Amino acid sequence: MSEPTAATAARAPRTWGLLAEFDTVGALLAALEKVRDAGYVAFDAYAPFPIHGLDESMGIRMSRLPWLVAAGGATGAAAGLLLQWWTNGFDYKYLVSGKPFFGLPAAIPITFELTVLLASLGAFIGLLVANRFPELYHPVLPARGFARATTDGFFISVEARDPAFDAVGTREFLEKLGAKQVEKVED
Amino acid sequence: MSSVPLSLLEAAEDPRRRPPLVLGDNDFASVTEKVCGIVERPRPPLAWYIAFAVSSALTALLVAMLAYLFLAGIGVWGLNIPVGWGFDITNFVFWVGIGHAGTLISAILFLFRQKWRTGINRFAEAMTIFAVICAGMFPAIHTGRPWFDYWLFPYPNQMQVWPNFRSPLIWDVFAVSTYFTVSLMFWYTGMIPDLATLRDRATTRLRRIVYGVLSLGWRGSGRHWHRYERVYLLLAALATPLVLSVHSVVSFDFAVSQLPGWHSTIFPPYFVAGAIFSGFAMVLTLLIPVRSFFHLEELITTRHLENMAKITLATGLIVAYSYGIEFFMAWYSGNPYEKFTLANRALGPYAWAFWIVLFCNVVVPQALWFKRPRTTPWMLVGISILINVGMWFERFVIIVTSLSRDFIPSSWGYYKPTWVELCTLAGSFGLFLTLFLLFLRFGPMIAMAEIKSVMPAAGLERGPHRGHGQYWGEIPHQHERRQEEGQP
Repeated sequence: MSEPTAATAARAPRTWGLLAEFDTVGALLAALEKVRDAGYVAFDAYAPFPIHGLDESMGIRMSRLPWLVAAGGATGAAAGLLLQWWTNGFDYKYLVSGKPFFGLPAAIPITFELTVLLASLGAFIGLLVANRFPELYHPVLPARGFARATTDGFFISVEARDPAFDAVGTREFLEKLGAKQVEKVED
Repeated sequence: MSSVPLSLLEAAEDPRRRPPLVLGDNDFASVTEKVCGIVERPRPPLAWYIAFAVSSALTALLVAMLAYLFLAGIGVWGLNIPVGWGFDITNFVFWVGIGHAGTLISAILFLFRQKWRTGINRFAEAMTIFAVICAGMFPAIHTGRPWFDYWLFPYPNQMQVWPNFRSPLIWDVFAVSTYFTVSLMFWYTGMIPDLATLRDRATTRLRRIVYGVLSLGWRGSGRHWHRYERVYLLLAALATPLVLSVHSVVSFDFAVSQLPGWHSTIFPPYFVAGAIFSGFAMVLTLLIPVRSFFHLEELITTRHLENMAKITLATGLIVAYSYGIEFFMAWYSGNPYEKFTLANRALGPYAWAFWIVLFCNVVVPQALWFKRPRTTPWMLVGISILINVGMWFERFVIIVTSLSRDFIPSSWGYYKPTWVELCTLAGSFGLFLTLFLLFLRFGPMIAMAEIKSVMPAAGLERGPHRGHGQYWGEIPHQHERRQEEGQP
């Protein structure tokens, strides 16, 4: 950690939690299951790539984001149909090559495109909001060795706000699970 | 080329056993090192500067041609009655088609669980974005008064009229802009973890800030990965029908009209197959030199190239079949205009272009039936360049031959491009390559996080649980491997 600056010196650093590093995917998953079963709730894992089976090991419930995507798609479909019917079929009718003012087959391409567009926007914006992005600072980011979490490091963090957290007990627990090193993270 | 002996080494002689996706003695750290190393060199290699000088000169040429076009008007092109669409729309369809390979690789192959896509998807997605930028330019400038292009969008205006939504040209606006937006989101979403890797390795303050902001604070959290994977899957599922729809809508520009040679129900699938065919050829054209130049043979293996060659062959056969069906339907329909148009294509004033198309798109890809061209990089580049040429001429032939001779001989004409059109086409390649070179210099060219997830160390310790990483062989082979290792 760098020297405390005037801003950080103003308040005493608070313990955010503990960060434990593991060597392999297998060790990480095995440890996560134990952490989950020990009753911790405010814990997280960090890995440089999506690990198959991490969700089960952490006990994460299925994300509700697909509903947002479905809602986006439904909005897009409705907006597409309404736009074409209202503009060409109702608000300002003009005859072009004898085509009907509003015909469903001719309205399908734009309806489809808007469905996909709004559903995708729902997925993308939903991801950012659910992950609280952009979040340019987070207590674990400056932790020692944590830069490797985006290259080849596997970590588990347990937050101090977890009711089961105990500065000494949790550290021993994590060490017993095979952590290479356990570090206190300050906020 | 150093990759020739490598190709013999990795060529899967035993078809029951798939070669691994990452060759050599690589672990997670060395993958990061290889990919980030390209971006982190203090200076790019000399060849990059030379390529960049050429491509930015061509981009400057494009800007000059556009300025001339806007000042002098559309008359500086060779377009007139009867041929109102020439190089402009040919280039548009060509570039949109190029873009299709990126989405096919990133979305469709993802849904089909084709894990080899991880080596090439980022590269191909970048190509999609840049190709669609080039494509979108042409309809915008061909309108004659491009400063009124916003009239294409439905907004309440003082003229009190709305766009004509019954016209395929408006469908095109929605299709291409949706395609660009969704491709961009897909590309960026996939890149967030890799941008975070670049942030964490940054040695200068500027890099840390730029990559830090771009990576949005990604820290590889398991809860984030969970949502990320859901969203990535959903975006792939949405992009898959989208990519098929975009070139279908482009083909409606022709198929919905009444012109012989255009008015054909085969156009949507025919155009989509052609788009993927040309897109894969473009990916191969660019990927092979880059792979050899940056020494990425261990991540983009000969197996990747061979798989792409096979898809190129398959889509090429669909295209060849469509050519045949066009002629068959012209004869079978009994429509004299349709028959004339197709005969005129093959034997009329543009016959030279037609035979280029047939040679490049039908004859040349047949070489890909053989293993040697599929696994020899220089041969693949040669074949791909010819396919690119052929696919450009295919659009030219479809557009120009149908327009130049339609129903009444008194209204026939012959279209010749002017130097302005030729320079604009060259300039669009300049713009494409400039964007591409900038991406190679500043972006993660290979999806590191995805590559790592298909490496053996990503899940092998899990025993009976077959994760993303277990890629050598199907379940029986796993049993074999255990025996080799002396386990029960």
